[in-house]
Amino acid sequence: MPLHAKNPIRQSALLVLEDGRTFRGESFGAEGETFGEAVFSTGMSGYQETLTDPSYHRQVVVMTAPHVGNTGVNDEDPESRRIWVAGYVVRDPARVPSNWRSKRTLDDELRAQGVVGISGVDTRALTRHLRERGAMRVGISTVETDTEALLARVRASAEMSGAELADEVTTTEAYVVPAQGEKRLTVAALDLGIKEMTPQRMAERGIEVHVLPSTATLDDVLAVRPDGLFYSNGPGDPAATTHQIELLQEALGRQIPYFGICFGNQLFGRALGFGTYKLKYGHRGINQPVMDLTTRKVEVTAHNHGFAVDAPVGTPTETPYGTASVSHVNLNDDCVEGLELRDAEGDLLGFSVQYHPEAAAGPHDAAYLFDRFVQLMTDRRLDTPSPSGSGYSTTEGN
Amino acid sequence: MPKRTDIKSVLVIGSGPIVIGQACEFDYSGTQACRVLKAEGLRVILVNSNPATIMTDPEFADATYVEPITPEFVEKVIAKERPDAILPTLGGQTALNTATALHENGVLEKYGVEMIGASFDAIHRGENREKFNAIVEKVGGEVARSFVCHSMDEVEKATVTLGYPVVVRPSFTMGGLGSGIAYDESDLHRIAGAGLAASPTTEVLIEESIIGWKEYELEVMRDKADNVVIICSIENLDPMGVHTGDSITVAPSMTLTDREYQRLRDLAIGIIREVGVDTGGCNIQYAVNPADGRVIVIEMNPRVSRSSALASKATGYPIAKIAAKVAVGYTLDEIANDITQETAASFEPTLDYVVVKVPRFAFEKFPTADPTLTTHMKSVGEAMAIGRNFTEALNKALRSLENKAAPFTWVGDPGDKTTLLEQIAVPHDGRLQKVMQAVRAGATPEEIFDATKIDPWFVDQLFLIDEIAQQVAAADALDATTLRLAKRHGLSDAQIAGLRSTSTGGLTEADVRGARYDLGVRPVYKTVDTCAAEFAARTPYHYSSYDEETEVASREKPAVLILGSGPNRIGQGIEFDYSCVHASLELSKAGYETVMVNCNPETVSTDYDTSDRLYFEPLTLEDVLEVYEAEKAAGPIAGVIATLGGQTPLGLAQGLQDAGVPIVGTSPEAIELAEERGAFGRVLAEAGLIAPKHGTAVSFDDARTIAHEIGYPVLVRPSYVLGGRGMQIVYDDQALQSYIEAATEISPDRPVLVDRFIDDAVEIDVDALYDGTDLFLGGVMEHIEEAGIHSGDSSCALPPITLGAAEIERIREATEGIAKGVGVRGLINIQFALGADVLYVLEANPRASRTVPFVSKATGTSLAKAAARVMMGETIADLRAAGVLPATGDGGTLPADSPIAVKEAVLPFNRFRTKEGQFVDTVLGPEMKSTGEVMGFDADFGKAFSKAQAAAFGPLPTSGKVFISIANRDKRTMIFPARVLADYGFEILATQGTAEVLRRNGIPSTVIRKHSEGEGPNGERTTVQLILDGEIDVIVNTPNGSASGARIDGYEIRSAAVLSGTPCITTVQGLAAAVQGIAALRQGDIDVRSLQEWAARAERAALASSAETV
Ligand SMILES: Nc1ncnc2c1ncn2[C@@H]1O[C@H](COP(=O)(O)OP(=O)(O)O)[C@@H](O)[C@H]1O
Ligand SMILES: Nc1ncnc2c1ncn2[C@@H]1O[C@H](COP(=O)(O)OP(=O)(O)O)[C@@H](O)[C@H]1O
Ligand SMILES: [Mg+2]
Ligand SMILES: [Mg+2]
Repeated sequence: MPLHAKNPIRQSALLVLEDGRTFRGESFGAEGETFGEAVFSTGMSGYQETLTDPSYHRQVVVMTAPHVGNTGVNDEDPESRRIWVAGYVVRDPARVPSNWRSKRTLDDELRAQGVVGISGVDTRALTRHLRERGAMRVGISTVETDTEALLARVRASAEMSGAELADEVTTTEAYVVPAQGEKRLTVAALDLGIKEMTPQRMAERGIEVHVLPSTATLDDVLAVRPDGLFYSNGPGDPAATTHQIELLQEALGRQIPYFGICFGNQLFGRALGFGTYKLKYGHRGINQPVMDLTTRKVEVTAHNHGFAVDAPVGTPTETPYGTASVSHVNLNDDCVEGLELRDAEGDLLGFSVQYHPEAAAGPHDAAYLFDRFVQLMTDRRLDTPSPSGSGYSTTEGN
Repeated sequence: MPKRTDIKSVLVIGSGPIVIGQACEFDYSGTQACRVLKAEGLRVILVNSNPATIMTDPEFADATYVEPITPEFVEKVIAKERPDAILPTLGGQTALNTATALHENGVLEKYGVEMIGASFDAIHRGENREKFNAIVEKVGGEVARSFVCHSMDEVEKATVTLGYPVVVRPSFTMGGLGSGIAYDESDLHRIAGAGLAASPTTEVLIEESIIGWKEYELEVMRDKADNVVIICSIENLDPMGVHTGDSITVAPSMTLTDREYQRLRDLAIGIIREVGVDTGGCNIQYAVNPADGRVIVIEMNPRVSRSSALASKATGYPIAKIAAKVAVGYTLDEIANDITQETAASFEPTLDYVVVKVPRFAFEKFPTADPTLTTHMKSVGEAMAIGRNFTEALNKALRSLENKAAPFTWVGDPGDKTTLLEQIAVPHDGRLQKVMQAVRAGATPEEIFDATKIDPWFVDQLFLIDEIAQQVAAADALDATTLRLAKRHGLSDAQIAGLRSTSTGGLTEADVRGARYDLGVRPVYKTVDTCAAEFAARTPYHYSSYDEETEVASREKPAVLILGSGPNRIGQGIEFDYSCVHASLELSKAGYETVMVNCNPETVSTDYDTSDRLYFEPLTLEDVLEVYEAEKAAGPIAGVIATLGGQTPLGLAQGLQDAGVPIVGTSPEAIELAEERGAFGRVLAEAGLIAPKHGTAVSFDDARTIAHEIGYPVLVRPSYVLGGRGMQIVYDDQALQSYIEAATEISPDRPVLVDRFIDDAVEIDVDALYDGTDLFLGGVMEHIEEAGIHSGDSSCALPPITLGAAEIERIREATEGIAKGVGVRGLINIQFALGADVLYVLEANPRASRTVPFVSKATGTSLAKAAARVMMGETIADLRAAGVLPATGDGGTLPADSPIAVKEAVLPFNRFRTKEGQFVDTVLGPEMKSTGEVMGFDADFGKAFSKAQAAAFGPLPTSGKVFISIANRDKRTMIFPARVLADYGFEILATQGTAEVLRRNGIPSTVIRKHSEGEGPNGERTTVQLILDGEIDVIVNTPNGSASGARIDGYEIRSAAVLSGTPCITTVQGLAAAVQGIAALRQGDIDVRSLQEWAARAERAALASSAETV
């Protein structure tokens, strides 16, 4: 590992927000120009996981932690096959990575994957701006020097509201993540931008995970004879989604146990008839206090969401699929962080959380939710014996 | 789950005197706790023997006991106050050990007192190495291989299995006392021997060495609902092998991936649960192998610690305050985050800046001490700095140390690379500066890493700083770009001037500042907000950075800037912070916006709750000027206070005023009058006072002539101090010569000051307040030891025990004369020596002094609060009317029956060893060596003195064996106290000469062989052996003035005393006082009384007397 590299010669770079606020810095990663929704992430660790989280598709991520890249880039920590962020804003990129797992520098990795970034800007000023004015479109350019010209292109770029993006990030082919140790259950996991740690956490619990493309149909789901259905996190506006919501409603109609994370929580909400809305600047970090309303315990959790479910806290709602209620809330802003669906006997049918129990990056406090999913599937399986003895299958039983 | 309703009163235990490893961070945590508990409506009972603490101000508790923190005295308090609960987790190891003892001896059970914060079992599981290791393994962690040993041969067996080097660690000690790394058998015997002695449970751990691994620390908080949060992660720049307290540390951790960080977090949570700290904070330390990430858990402290104070200041999350709240039953989600006010305390702070803490050492005070840094802590203080990146924070931290040698320099030749690489391989004070020189000398990053094991990322940051420096030096002009680059990486104007001077001839700090101002290269001020700007911050806790956007809010109220005292050091510690905090509290009451500037993370002054605004900044001219400019832009400024923070701000006053800053109170001109010898001489002449005869020598011959003129003994000190070697008393030409050769490089511009040494003189310390017309004599303190023992090291009594009204009047007049002559507006401290009825003025300090808190506590009058208002223009008459000062009388006219306060100094000798492993000598002299003080408070001197002793060293014995060995000059004065001891039934052992004198005076004693004589024919043991075998109860040993054989022998005796922890009296005055203390103890049980009770008593007395006069 080279201990020491001189500053790479950095071009000057320009950052312009949709409302005209401008920052100047030096290029970081690839040269060129990029656009997206400016959001800030407050995590102090886990930049590799952040960069490769598909939920950041089309977003330009501002890191509030000043030093980024200190531990370089390794081959174990990415959460998906590529970097998804549309652009990257940091203050002080590392010149020399230091970690025994590090393979290359972050700068090289960003260049290699053609991700345009900017360094040396007052990221705190930028963050406070986004906090006060809300998330907005942004452009970063290492080629454009005329602020007005770049601003015009920013204003011409696509909005996040109303964007349906799952299809842009999902896997094209279905694939299977085998259970670790003895196989106990089968799950159909819809990839709306899934992170690798998620199937991993299920596999650790003896679950065989069939990861399906976002376009999967009910038959595709039933074909794997699942004990449960899972919806992953992912980018975009839940309000712009139709197919996956209908699919979920059909599955709920068949009382297939459901677990959803992040986008999967928003779609669960919409499937149950709740609305969703865009938060002013979202939750992106790994220090968010969430209370589990059933146990009253607080868990410190990893977040990455710009939209939230609009459901009444404390009062259950009757839905065609059962009784829905809010199970988790964020103690910072009381926003809905989890939903659950129970049948008339009060037995759990499905649940979801707005945050990331797979915690990559982030604290492991919420890992118990995967056990809850296992429990749910095991319980339901016992009281719905199916011909094959395992799994929910199509009526034809194929 | 709201607050517990079954607890109505809580006993809080403080941490006692400031010692190495336990400093004012525990005043900070204790003060927070008391505030919280009182606000919760609980009756707060406090025990702390340290008068210089804010927590012992009567308003912070309902009953404040300035009494020794020993199981005996704390039991008395419990018996009297019958608290429902005891909170032992906020007073450091002292409080924890005392509470543990009270549990073990059944006192807590007897009085039905519940231990809150951490249960006895939890404390035990956390502190007992065997139990703790088992827990770590249970939760899937790893510990270093180790063996618990209770005897030397167990130690040897263990070492055989582990192989050298091994780490020796005693249980239940703080700051690593008694621990060390043994590379061979002699090390092992030395360190393990001391370790067994140091551990209250005579238990040491012999442990596999993992020197060179990365070291980390996590601060954890847990409530009764089992909610756990990590407040802060801290990474040590100095790898394993250097005590965290002596390491440069960085928050947040810089070189961990999320996976590795979460692993540490999971372990922390697992451990705190298993140990069972269920309502409070703790810290856990780890070592990480840089080669493969293997994690080893080093230790946990089941209490608030030095690092939690650091973490609180680094994150804005007030750990002690929250710990106190969860201790009384709240859960974290029920507690609001002060800083955002809208979010809860059940989250984990996230930082958008970098914090660097650097230790401050005092090796210059102990020239023979081994400066190598190891597993036991040697630093006496620390400075913290915040920046938007590591380089900025590091450079700010280094200049915060206020040590010329600390900031990196590029001036002059770096020296030879190979030598430098050898030097940096051994950790020591100033290693980082040497690393930078090695970089300059062409060392490669690999070479630096191999020598130091400092993480390559940090090494690269040092290279970065060097590159920036080179660019600054090489730039054709000092343009905006170059300045911004330098500033962005924390280089000071002075450093830039140095860099430019090499190329373009002389350039001053002022020139660089001028250039910066012209080009508009100025810092902005960011906010510490716990959340990286995700939420708006409500508390103006700022730090500077050369970034784009500033966050200083404008204001209407006139602001007063209070300059703090920077890192603790011997001679300038918590006492000065105390005065700054008082000024701040008082002036915000008086309607000002108070703005605190300081860089010491341990203090109350740097609590965001203390002042209206806090700037965590270095106390240098550059940094203070920028704060001033920023606040001037925000609103009106009433003035800047530079005379409360000790020598540090005092030294800035002139420069600030020259730059147009309004200094309130005593003017820089007046300060000069007191500090410049010639000018001060004239002031004294005016006032008809005299200083000891003195002269200024520019050569040895010169010095000798002066010495002969004024006569030996003389006190010599370099006007320019080299290597910190300060004053010395010399008795003859030869001693004078060796001093001048050894200590100073004498020359016309580095003269040596020669003073007549006033022998057999009583030293008197005075703190007074002057407003230009009236003088308020705060207190007159009579030293126990004679002049010649630094005022900071000698114990003293207030009111004075032997001075009569006439003498006090003389002192009052002298004080007024000096205050007037100098032009003081505020506080002044003067030291007098009264010899043969002549009153000499030793020195005058036109500022708050070390004794202000002691005087304030003893007399119940806050001098610093009054001083602050005098500085803002009020008169003493006004303050008497306003009730800030007593309506009539002052510290010089205390009623005859007022209680006696005795101050005793605490010395750090047990922490320092020579390279050979010998203790450094413990003799007191004109140079201050103590780190802290305690106060004994009672109706008469004997009682008060015995309390002071109990608080500082442990109770005086009332019977047993006393060993006496006295210098000839002291033999007369020793006879009477020796007789009293004999009458009390002490068995007296003495060395030949002393025994002779005793016998001739009819006092029986047994002659003991001197150490130099060695063991006798029939195995008679020497003094030193007897002491080490713990057979002596008190040692009286006064050293000979000149460096003769007797002194050497004395040295052996005194080190044996330190090693065995036997009380050792080194002056005859000390002996006389001890005898009075013992007499008091023999008269029977000494009781405890709270400051509030003393105050009530004083009021009644006052009423009574005023009634009479009517
Ligand atoms: N096994 C070890 N090998 C090398 N250094 C060690 C070892 N154990 C502790 N140390 C060093 O000694 C210092 C003090 O040890 P620690 O257990 O933290 O004692 P303390 O209670 O004084 O904090 C640590 O900060 C670490 O640098
Ligand atoms: N001329 C003197 N005769 C006797 N003792 C002296 C004399 N000058 C100083 N001392 C002793 O030295 C100590 C320190 O001297 P001082 O001038 O107060 O220096 P500092 O600035 O360190 O307080 C005093 O407290 C006093 O005990
Ligand atoms: Mg430690
Ligand atoms: Mg003095």
